Amino acid sequence: MKLTVWTYEGPPHVGAMRVATGMKGLHYVLHAPQGDTYADLLFTMIERRDHRPPVTYTTFQARDLGSDTADIFKSAAKEAYERFKPQAMIVGASCTAELIQDDPGGLAKALDLPVPVVPLELPSYQRKENWGASETFYQLVRALAHPAEKLSADGDGPVANILGPTALGFRHRDDAAEIRRLLEGMGVRVNVTAPMGATPKALTRLAAADFNVVLYPEIAEGAARWLEKTHGQPWTRTVPIGVHATRDFVEEVAALTGLPVPPEATDLRFPWWSRSVDSTYLTGKRVFVYGDATHALAMARVARDEMGFEVVGLGAYNREFARPIREAAKAYGVEPLITDDYLEVEAAIAEAAPEMILGTQMERHIGKRLGIPCAVISAPFHVQDHPARYSPVMGWEGANVLFDTLVHPLVMGLEEHLLAMFREDFEFSDEAGPSHLGGHAPAAGRTAPAEDPARREADEGPAPAARAAERRAAPAAAAGADAAVLEAPVWTAAGEKELKKIPFFVRGKARRNTETYAAERGITEITVETLYDAKAHFAR
Amino acid sequence: MNAPAAAPARGCADAPVLKQRGQHEVFCGLTGIVWLHRKMQDAFFLVVGSRTCAHLLQSAAGVMIFAEPRFGTAVMEEKDLAGLADANEELDREVARLLARRPDIRQLFLVGSCPSEVIKLDLSRAAERLSRQHAPHVRVLNYSGSGIETTFTQGEDACLAAMVPILPETDAKELMVVGALPDVVEDQLVGMLREMGVPVTLLPARRRDETPGVGPDTRVLLAQPFLGDTAGALERRGATRLPAPFPFGEEGTTAWLRAAAAEFGVPEEIFDRVTAAPRARARKAVARVAESLSGKSLFLFPDSQLEIPLARFLARECGMVPVEIGTPFLHRGIMEPELRLIPEGPTISEGQDVDLQLDRCREARPDITVCGLGLANPLEAEGMTTKWAIELVFTPVHGYEQAADLAGLFARPLARKAKLAGLEAAR
Repeated sequence: MKLTVWTYEGPPHVGAMRVATGMKGLHYVLHAPQGDTYADLLFTMIERRDHRPPVTYTTFQARDLGSDTADIFKSAAKEAYERFKPQAMIVGASCTAELIQDDPGGLAKALDLPVPVVPLELPSYQRKENWGASETFYQLVRALAHPAEKLSADGDGPVANILGPTALGFRHRDDAAEIRRLLEGMGVRVNVTAPMGATPKALTRLAAADFNVVLYPEIAEGAARWLEKTHGQPWTRTVPIGVHATRDFVEEVAALTGLPVPPEATDLRFPWWSRSVDSTYLTGKRVFVYGDATHALAMARVARDEMGFEVVGLGAYNREFARPIREAAKAYGVEPLITDDYLEVEAAIAEAAPEMILGTQMERHIGKRLGIPCAVISAPFHVQDHPARYSPVMGWEGANVLFDTLVHPLVMGLEEHLLAMFREDFEFSDEAGPSHLGGHAPAAGRTAPAEDPARREADEGPAPAARAAERRAAPAAAAGADAAVLEAPVWTAAGEKELKKIPFFVRGKARRNTETYAAERGITEITVETLYDAKAHFAR
Repeated sequence: MNAPAAAPARGCADAPVLKQRGQHEVFCGLTGIVWLHRKMQDAFFLVVGSRTCAHLLQSAAGVMIFAEPRFGTAVMEEKDLAGLADANEELDREVARLLARRPDIRQLFLVGSCPSEVIKLDLSRAAERLSRQHAPHVRVLNYSGSGIETTFTQGEDACLAAMVPILPETDAKELMVVGALPDVVEDQLVGMLREMGVPVTLLPARRRDETPGVGPDTRVLLAQPFLGDTAGALERRGATRLPAPFPFGEEGTTAWLRAAAAEFGVPEEIFDRVTAAPRARARKAVARVAESLSGKSLFLFPDSQLEIPLARFLARECGMVPVEIGTPFLHRGIMEPELRLIPEGPTISEGQDVDLQLDRCREARPDITVCGLGLANPLEAEGMTTKWAIELVFTPVHGYEQAADLAGLFARPLARKAKLAGLEAAR
């Protein structure tokens, strides 16, 4: 058992729903108790979908257990076919139905429905949402994709499939459109985009393409590998998020197809926006990157190599992709954070004391609590991160969108200088947050923010760190904490006052560094001198 | 409309009930944790379940609460399913860790889920064992919020019923108001009762120290319509339930208060003195909103068991015409006073086959459809006007001062549609 407060991924059948809801003409019969229908509202509310997800829940109850749950499944599957007349169905069990072992696949087969029925085995007690989406897509492709004549035989140029976008994916709708535009601009035709927008019939034609473009390895790598093995289709390894990665992607496609690398899009503004002097203040901003592995890896590269930020933390919640995260973390010189434990993520962020978080909806809340701005760059996301406007994160336009996304939460350059110059202005203070963003907490505590210990905790974040440490109750950490308590140096009033003059978003880091510096040298009282000694020591 | 029409003799009390089974588009009882954990400030709710349970709570609540919540899920893994002995050990370890981290917690609810029920993990024994370990500081109780046994608000019923056996015995003649109410509503209703001289206790209490007593002179007044099991458990402890309509709208609130006043011998002039001003305010405020609701037809999908009392309010005080009133579960004894007040005509349905019910709804083309979040946008896209049912559970809607807000929840979708009419046409 594992105590969970918030989760980054749902159960695997929600992944299957993301595939089914993204597609057309496919229906999912899910053996599940009352209540599992909650998942519908993820789609109808977060994505504002105007149709119910194509899912029939069998809704068995306690009184049905041990008697006729199998019959309930059969009649639900039969009625679902008759009502919705899908081109194909997928059938499976949610976590509870998995325990009663009714074998939805076998039961559906016995119904002898006139359309393909693909059984799904999604072990709820071992696997999670992304895995469920990947497995579902893989099983569908395996069951439906036939050998086919290559469309490019007509001599009109190479043909690709775009694989990976689903319902409820972070910016999948617009990424798929942007990458299609990019490919077509190179002279590559698109055969099928799947799962999003595809019908089961379209999946039968997948093999007619020359190669596959994998946008989200979490979802499409399994299917792409199978298509490579079975139908000889190579697939793209580069996820085109950011300027460098999009350039790499274009080169990869050019190499696969023999097409020339086209001139760069003229509406790509990111490189100039980032080089323009107004962006100088972004240099070395300390960012913590966390999300699904694909987005985290891509965003770390954008952050360091395209924005000029410093990556001070890198992590992902999907363990399946732990290896590339570990490798990348090594390259960035940070500890990899491979966990889906929200409290651990919060503790790691508090510890790293970044100036900005690039994370998920959950890190937005961590940021709110710690007073650190956050840009959402990965699922899970909430309704406000599913915009009405066209806003991909892939391709050239995606890069433009990312520049805006990463700059918007920050205090602007000159404003930052003014804040540093006049630290004691009671109205214009860093704790009020960036002046172009409204909606901050009212001025409570602004007059004397430093005196309020709760506020201090919120600013500097030892509370969640301590909480998570307690929770893990790791003996080493506990011993370390004890040692720290014994030797904790004391801040003099003057030292404490000087600390307040350090900008709010780096103050936590400064406090910790100074205390570490003092403790290591056996200094018991932290004066203004100690503070600046520590600053000089840690400056690189 | 101002003065509700005289009650029809039997109203819908004898109406046949359309019972259906099929796909239920409703939450399970775990969802009640979302408001219960805020109501009971020293309680923690630990769901023993699957990743699905955690995801449900987050989806239902995550939107609203992002302080560290006083609930969590002990997510069962493969090895917990293999051996129940290990599962119990794991549970004890997680609870010990949780209580060590949250010393402010004085009541812990172990909440059963579909998977824990199916594998027959005995949470009542676990609760006893853990109570012994952590007494006297923490008391540990258990109930099931599983979808195979409970629908949405029935989770609160199961939770409160689980508290009944540990209530202390009392001989005092007291009124116990039962049901988790928003603080503002609770303060208003209890304030009026106390002003009339009625001694009031509350279940659930905001803190463990305020736990009410129960005995033969306890009179129970349900503030929520979905608390049948809790009422039954209290009756078995000797208490008597006062039948009454529920405190929605001016009429319902008055009838609800009157049931208590009559039982406790409150003189009519005191009752009038306490209620006259808020009654007048409520009538006036509701009448203003009711103008836009009068004559409009109404279709309620089953959700929280509030459907019947709400249909009564909307029919009698706002002039709406219910076409179908769906409820996940119909407790005849508790609903009788409500059903009598609803004019004959609507279909009363219990349980659900959502596809068939959607067919009926499309056929009826009601002016307003009250339904869950999974159905609302799809129906709007078909041109229907909807009101999300969940908002009725998460908004203060009981009592006099909230009566017009309650009506307003139904008027707003119509007003919005009217404002955006041009937008629609442009499409």
